[in-house]
Amino acid sequence: MNAVAGLAIDIKAAAKRYGRDEALHAMDLALPEGESLALIGHNGAGKTTLLKLILGLTQPTTGSLRVWGMPPLEYKAQAAAGVGFLPESIAFKGHLSGREILSSYAALKGAKPGQVRELLGVVGLGTDADRRVRTYSKGMRQRLGLAQALLGTPRLLILDEPTSGLDPEFRRQFYELIGQQQSLGATIVLSSHSLTEIEAQTDRIAILQAGRLKQLGSLEDLRLRSGLPVRVRVVTRSGGGNLIVAAIGDTYRCEQPAGDLVQIWCDRDEKVQLVNRLFEQAGEHIVDLDLIPPRLDDLFTHFVDVGPA
Amino acid sequence: MRRTLLIATAEIREGMRNRWILGATSVLTLFAMSLAVLGTAPIGEIKAGAPAVITVSLASLSVYVVPLLALMLSFDAIGAEAERGTLLLLLTYPLTRRQVLLGKFLGHFVILAQAVLTGFGAAALYIVFSTETVIGDWTVYGAMLGSTLLLGAVFLSLGYLLSVIVRSPATALNAALGLWLALAVFYDFLILGLILAEDGDLIGGKLIGALLHANPVDVYRIFNLGGSGAAAFVSGMAGVSGFDATSPALLLGIMAAWVAVPLWAAIVLFERREV
Repeated sequence: MNAVAGLAIDIKAAAKRYGRDEALHAMDLALPEGESLALIGHNGAGKTTLLKLILGLTQPTTGSLRVWGMPPLEYKAQAAAGVGFLPESIAFKGHLSGREILSSYAALKGAKPGQVRELLGVVGLGTDADRRVRTYSKGMRQRLGLAQALLGTPRLLILDEPTSGLDPEFRRQFYELIGQQQSLGATIVLSSHSLTEIEAQTDRIAILQAGRLKQLGSLEDLRLRSGLPVRVRVVTRSGGGNLIVAAIGDTYRCEQPAGDLVQIWCDRDEKVQLVNRLFEQAGEHIVDLDLIPPRLDDLFTHFVDVGPA
Repeated sequence: MRRTLLIATAEIREGMRNRWILGATSVLTLFAMSLAVLGTAPIGEIKAGAPAVITVSLASLSVYVVPLLALMLSFDAIGAEAERGTLLLLLTYPLTRRQVLLGKFLGHFVILAQAVLTGFGAAALYIVFSTETVIGDWTVYGAMLGSTLLLGAVFLSLGYLLSVIVRSPATALNAALGLWLALAVFYDFLILGLILAEDGDLIGGKLIGALLHANPVDVYRIFNLGGSGAAAFVSGMAGVSGFDATSPALLLGIMAAWVAVPLWAAIVLFERREV
């Protein structure tokens, strides 16, 4: 079987049933090499099942799935060392130290022993490497898990809820690390619950609901498809707020949460026109102005509530 | 093979750290030493040397302790890894499920074997250095040691089968204790009952013989306490030794089958299991 040029993952009408429970309905998904994808959805939406299918941990009930052009069993046998995985919840053997655990996974993966020290440093566990893992905080364990996923030179990184338990500072570092891996050519699939955090972190976003792929596209694609309005937030000098509402309140939806703060909603293609109009009619009263496109939270709520794609 | 050994090494290292090895070794050493100290001072005229006496004492103890230790080591071998999420992770590595299971089994076997060898070795050393004249044959003792390791492997193998079939470690623990009670304790009550009930008729005798050979614990007992050697005399089984004419090789073969079959079944079921 030849690889479809440049596709890391190619899923065609793959469905997964556990007994009578349809965990994943027939789904198509193609991910080019080097691309990053975020899976978002409620618990039970099928994110973990999809990740397990990609990892070859379970087989699709119907349909087909190829990783680098190979069916799961073939790629498991030939290319498993090229995959880095971080499961959603992992509790390493608590009596061993971080270094011992990482070394044993490195040996299993055939990674260079020197990489253990390097990765412990990368995830910020350099000074705690020789402590037993049971004394680690949740965030430290998660970082150890991440170091484990980066062993070898992963061409495909699968991360299930990778930032849960991480403090904000390390979250930022985490996305930098993922960005570095991607610039080295790795394909990345991650799932997340925290929508505001990942909205700008991946090339594309897949919204799953009840085992179905509801939407797939870049953040921009999703915004376009949703038709959700842009919010214009205007801060005015005193009295300016009332003036703006009086001037455009008939044409646009306006809200005035405070006397000198006005929020206006408009379609995306009307926003330039609206801003021009605001400056024409109340320019001297405007102190500050923000254009706020729909956030991933809004898009998610929209698509998950609106019905089938 | 290299990866199987890596899994085994990780298991042994964890066993050393979480004091499993220390606990199991202490228990066995304590029992073996008490038997060695108390058991080598027999009163009265005896046709056996110290090795035979201690062999019988240790074998009588092992039928209960070794299966229990083996089951406690292995009942959650797969279930606990699944619960911790490490099983899912291991299975994404360049490893087959067979390698994962065999590696862990090997690691657990080394842990158990180390405990048995240390405990029984200490007892043997005590006898060598404390008894002025050691008469008798140490091969009996050696055979007992070897068959004890095999008995341990039997119950590790059964524990692995349980850990694959029963998903929750808590349920698996109950199942393991039930299995131990059934094979090491109640099975003999059943046979005793049958012996009392049968009136020396041939069919009853054959049934009892077959039942004795079906349970690995009884096979171990026959191997170490039966036969026609000095051990049989000490164990009080010399009287029934005529009844049993099974060759030692066949007895070991039965025990080996009790290792291989459950382990094979565990591998097959594990390969089919959804994770």
